[in-house]
Amino acid sequence: MVLAIVLVILAIGSVVFHFLSPWWWTEIASNWGSIDDTIIITFWITGVVYTVVILFMAYCLYKYRYRKDRRAAYEPENTKLELWLTGLTTVGVVALLTPGLLAWNDFVTVPDDATEIEVLGQQWAWSFRLPGEDGVLGTTSAKNINDDNPFGINMDDPNGYDDILIEYDDLHLPLDRPVKVLLRAIDVLHDFYVPQFRAKMDLVPGMVTFFWLTPIREGTFDILCAELCGIGHHTMRGLVVVEELSAYQEWLQEQSTFADMLASNAERRMGKKIQLTKNQITDVAR
Amino acid sequence: MAHVGDTQAGNIPLAEVPDVELYHPKSWITKYVFSQDAKVIAIQYSCTAIAIGLVGLVLSWLMRLQLGFPDTFSFIEASDYYQYVTMHGMIMVIYLLTALFLGGFGNYLIPLMVGARDMVFPYVNMLSYWVYLIAVIVLTASFFVPGGPTGAGWTLYPPQAILSGTPGQEWGIILMLVSLILFIIGFTMGGLNYVVTVLQARARGMTLMRLPLTIWGIFVATILALLAFPALFVACVMMLLDRVLGTSFFMPDIVEIGEQLAYTGGSPILFQHLFWFFGHPEVYIVALPAFGIVSDLISVHARKSIFGYRMMVWAIIAIGGLSFIVWAHHMYVSGMNPYFGFFFATTTLIIAVPTALKLYNWVLTLWKGNIHFTIPMLFCIAFIVTFLNGGITGLFLGNVAVDVPLSDTMFVVAHFHMVMGVAPIFVVFGAIYHWFPLMSGRMLNEGMGKFHFWVTFVGAYLIYFPMHYLGFVGVPRRYYEVGETSFIPDSAADLNAFITVMVLIVGFAQVVFIFNIIRSLIKGKLAERNPWNATTLEWQTAEFPPGHGNFGDLPVVYRWAYEFSLPGVKDDFIPQNLAPNLINMADDDDSVDEQVAE
Repeated sequence: MVLAIVLVILAIGSVVFHFLSPWWWTEIASNWGSIDDTIIITFWITGVVYTVVILFMAYCLYKYRYRKDRRAAYEPENTKLELWLTGLTTVGVVALLTPGLLAWNDFVTVPDDATEIEVLGQQWAWSFRLPGEDGVLGTTSAKNINDDNPFGINMDDPNGYDDILIEYDDLHLPLDRPVKVLLRAIDVLHDFYVPQFRAKMDLVPGMVTFFWLTPIREGTFDILCAELCGIGHHTMRGLVVVEELSAYQEWLQEQSTFADMLASNAERRMGKKIQLTKNQITDVAR
Repeated sequence: MAHVGDTQAGNIPLAEVPDVELYHPKSWITKYVFSQDAKVIAIQYSCTAIAIGLVGLVLSWLMRLQLGFPDTFSFIEASDYYQYVTMHGMIMVIYLLTALFLGGFGNYLIPLMVGARDMVFPYVNMLSYWVYLIAVIVLTASFFVPGGPTGAGWTLYPPQAILSGTPGQEWGIILMLVSLILFIIGFTMGGLNYVVTVLQARARGMTLMRLPLTIWGIFVATILALLAFPALFVACVMMLLDRVLGTSFFMPDIVEIGEQLAYTGGSPILFQHLFWFFGHPEVYIVALPAFGIVSDLISVHARKSIFGYRMMVWAIIAIGGLSFIVWAHHMYVSGMNPYFGFFFATTTLIIAVPTALKLYNWVLTLWKGNIHFTIPMLFCIAFIVTFLNGGITGLFLGNVAVDVPLSDTMFVVAHFHMVMGVAPIFVVFGAIYHWFPLMSGRMLNEGMGKFHFWVTFVGAYLIYFPMHYLGFVGVPRRYYEVGETSFIPDSAADLNAFITVMVLIVGFAQVVFIFNIIRSLIKGKLAERNPWNATTLEWQTAEFPPGHGNFGDLPVVYRWAYEFSLPGVKDDFIPQNLAPNLINMADDDDSVDEQVAE
């Protein structure tokens, strides 16, 4: 009896909580509205089933609670009812799966005009690489990574030198342009996760993974790591700025390329050497 | 309904089960320590599993303290937190639930319910427990080695699990892998026993389609485990080699803190496939025994035959089979070939159909029943609610596109706790309240039982239902602290604090439960021979509680396990082994009152 009442409260309370709670998804900032739509469809179908089943059970608990003068019915099977339930459940499953698989079909079909960019993950920071004027990212290998070449760009590949490198700084993306995000890790698994984009994907050392999106809303969004990557997992943060094309291009102009970086490293090394020589002279003078 | 409710003696198959010569213990040590009696082994398994489970429970409190009140408990550092997360998960899934359902309930109930004297290989059965105990000791040892236990997450994904950025990289991970390998060896010995006993040692007349669903659930779950654990075994051995000998099964070219490591050519994703080829069936290794047990408890305590027995059996088998072709739904965002998503989403949602049918049938068993609100029944209803809830959120996560935003968030944590944590644990509780009288000869205290039920049920729902919405907001899982973000509202911290308080309250209720068990063992009310008026064979033993060898003469089975409230019969249940000529038929002028009053 009490349990029947508690179940009714639980069913109704869950529905009320769903509609009134302050915790809901962030405003979407990408083209993946189809994913949100599928979630809403799923909520409706499963929510109705959940409420109906719990309320029906509460009814049974109330109606058929133990009474001394009653005997339970003897009905081991009811093939017709079981077939109906199988059929209805199958219809429900198809109704969930169809929009889901359609959305997934879009998700795996990268548009031809998508710009490739690269996200590089390592414990516990994000870096980014954008194609230079040639529009092509240079090839890479983890074997090439050293102080001069943090991305492991293949030095024999002419496409690599004009690649724009962004280390430990914000990523910018132009509004309304499809982007194919190539993902690479050099140590352990990571996961590039921007809640407002809905899409996320693991970064796996030894291979390049990807997903695509079109940013549809201007703003600055958090990048989090969503795959446990060691003790600093929760500190692996970054920012992505979505802005108008003109602002994006302005920002792009200020970034340095791989070639710039090699040059400035060489310069610094020279500088160090000169510094060293000066010190030696001073030492000798003493 | 002749196929299921047949009470004709002529339906007994002629196959005879030969009586076996048992090894009878000669000393206290061979009776209670190195025992070959499945019932003693079952208790040993259960006590060990519950003991290590309590460690897992305490770890969850520590975790929740950090999440609910960050910056308050200075002794919990990030490395500690990740170690708690890892050990909590591994302990609860493998060392508690798997061991308790199969090693505990499997050992206790299989011989009794199929009408056998013991498992077919009692000595191997004993070894199974001792190897399991060593596995638990090795696991526990990892708390005391330099660097502590591994903090790689219970999934132990390489390369992270064996690199220095993860706590427990020195010894913890090695002990974890060794412990899992031992667990699997121990389980295999027990598992072979369970399968062979069900297939070979059933009493005369106990056809497969007369088996109680408890046995069907444990039987199919054991087959799943025997086929799935080898994948984990292989993965553990390979990772151990990668860690200790520097091989590269799962390790590609890696640059760790600016330094090139010697690994090359391995595949981190290969590990994930092996892990989840085990890991998904593992969910059903825990769930199927729970399905079986809950079917029996509902039927007994509602005094009504289980609805759609044959459908229930086939659903268990179908779920078991399908569970081997859905594993990659744990890997939708792992970077595997994205086209796999179509296949695995489809198989995953198909599995919802037999699962939903089971759920309907449990509810339909209540329908038109005569429901006794005993503690086992209360926990069964709590199971239906939480399992339905967790099953439904599974439809979100299984549908590949929907999984993309939700994976790796608190939504997933809430989902799997509801569906394979809370729900099966409720069945464990229900089963303990139901079979404790058989095991000990005494009843558990009902007042404490009611307190335990209400706090645990309401509390668990209040913990996990709102947690889904944190995942919706985008709060990632396995975060030591969320820190500053632009998208998580401050109210999320309040919700986290609320959840932590609830966790501590529910934790306290478990302390009451343990106290109830200990107290009732000593001075609980003495139990009647068959306190719930159940039909199954475990209540029909020679001694009560059952002694070594279980039965006097081996029972002969005349009918299925669900002969409740048969019209025209005086009692509202007929035991499986009651000869048809002994059934008390109701006189025509007997009033209903007298029928039930016995």
